[in-house]
Amino acid sequence: MNQRARKKITQAIGFVLLRVCLYLVLAVLLLFLYDIGSKGGGVISWEFLSQAPRRGMTEGGIFPAIFGTFIVTMITAILAIPLGMSAAIYLNEYARQSRLTRLIRLSIRNLSGVPSIVYGIFGVILFVNIMHFGTSLLSAGLTLGLMTLPWTITASEEALKTIPQSYREGALALGATKWQSIRTNVLPYAVPGMLTGTVLGLARAAGETAPIMFTGAAFFLPYLPKSPGDQFMALPYHLYIMATQHHAILQVRPLAYGTALVLIVLVLGMNMTAVIIRYRLRRKQR
Amino acid sequence: MSAEPLKIRMEARGLDFYYGAKKALNKVDIACFENRVTAIIGPSGCGKSTFIRTLNRMNDVIPGTRMEGTILLDGKNIHDPDVDVVELRRRVGMVFQKPNPFPKSIFDNIAYGLRINGMRDKRKLEEVAERSLRGAALWEEVKDRLDENAFSLSGGQQQRLCIARALAVEPEVILFDEPCSAIDPIATAKFEDLIETLKKSYTVIIVTHNMQQAARVSDFTAFMMLGELVEFGVTDKIFTNPTNKLTEEYVTGRFG
Repeated sequence: MNQRARKKITQAIGFVLLRVCLYLVLAVLLLFLYDIGSKGGGVISWEFLSQAPRRGMTEGGIFPAIFGTFIVTMITAILAIPLGMSAAIYLNEYARQSRLTRLIRLSIRNLSGVPSIVYGIFGVILFVNIMHFGTSLLSAGLTLGLMTLPWTITASEEALKTIPQSYREGALALGATKWQSIRTNVLPYAVPGMLTGTVLGLARAAGETAPIMFTGAAFFLPYLPKSPGDQFMALPYHLYIMATQHHAILQVRPLAYGTALVLIVLVLGMNMTAVIIRYRLRRKQR
Repeated sequence: MSAEPLKIRMEARGLDFYYGAKKALNKVDIACFENRVTAIIGPSGCGKSTFIRTLNRMNDVIPGTRMEGTILLDGKNIHDPDVDVVELRRRVGMVFQKPNPFPKSIFDNIAYGLRINGMRDKRKLEEVAERSLRGAALWEEVKDRLDENAFSLSGGQQQRLCIARALAVEPEVILFDEPCSAIDPIATAKFEDLIETLKKSYTVIIVTHNMQQAARVSDFTAFMMLGELVEFGVTDKIFTNPTNKLTEEYVTGRFG
């Protein structure tokens, strides 16, 4: 066999291997979605989405958990978006690039890899005990906010890095102050990327169990939370209990699958929103 | 040239510049006259761009740089504590090597410099836009599509847009940092005609790689090498009868 034929075959084999890997990953994902979809789809109804659980969770719906997850994610966003974006702007645009800023950046990268249960424990100590917020929506939202911050900062900084230096210099050369050049000629083009990263971080936060289970989530509450100081029900925690801790675990299994499906759709929906925001804002700039 | 004595508009005296420990400029003295074009020529890496960027303190934004010496604008040291760098950059406009229109409409590009200074009057903005675009010889080509994105223009048009954008804030000095290195020969010819017009109202300083361009458009030429000013003088003399051997070798194309 001549060399050219051999090269061609090597390439063909390489491509096939890569394609098989891709299909394997896709297959696992689809199987997983199919399993949850087929087992949970049956219980999804207006009643399931709009009512509270009854008879020790064996009947009724999951509305309080949906509501709780929605509110706690809002609190997370209120903390993580302004703080994360500001920190990214400072790090990328203002901070001198010294050993200290490199260390800060490295720490932030590392924080995004810290297991969520560690954030949960930290939240208990800081928010519940030291700051006396109690086990509440506020404590849980702040804990999730802390967990999301490194993601927001990193994604926002990456978005800022993609803006060409010439936009900044061009503005400065026309007599803009540094903040004017950032506000009018950097941020408008960086915000889509910043938002995308942030919403992805929030979607991850919405699906987390560990950070909220000691800081504010409750398995069952007869009322919806009325203030940030109240405890709340949340989808991931609800699912966790129904799947592992419930006294009639087989009886509630379909409801657990239904909860899982709602949670997945919610997270998927948030991710789609991120993609749509980015697409819309990018198109507006063209 | 007129009989009136020339007025020095901008002047560098004993200028040293460092990127970290690396010295990029060594004791550079150059004077730029009002309503005249001063060209800075020299081989790559000789410090031309570094020099021109010190004139509007654009190097301030590069971390780890340091400057020594004096730069005067109308006799006033631009590093004096009472000089506002933002106002300096309005008075000393700059057009960069690569056309850098902002991803906005043509009109918004021109209006940018005025808007950041608080101008909101739409009619006034339109007036300035037309005047600036005419000044940059671009008006006829874009007058019917001011709302289009600036990226839809050709490279040469984009560069003239950047010139118009610089003109809009009414600078006194305009710095050009190799403005033709990214545009085609026809656009370059248009640009050179434009320089002829601009010098009637402005002090023009242009860094260029292209010696013919320097010979065609400038009144004075500075030849730099390895961070030092080798020779500075009337363009005709630099190109026909230079004092320094290095200058002669460079302008006759023996190296560079």
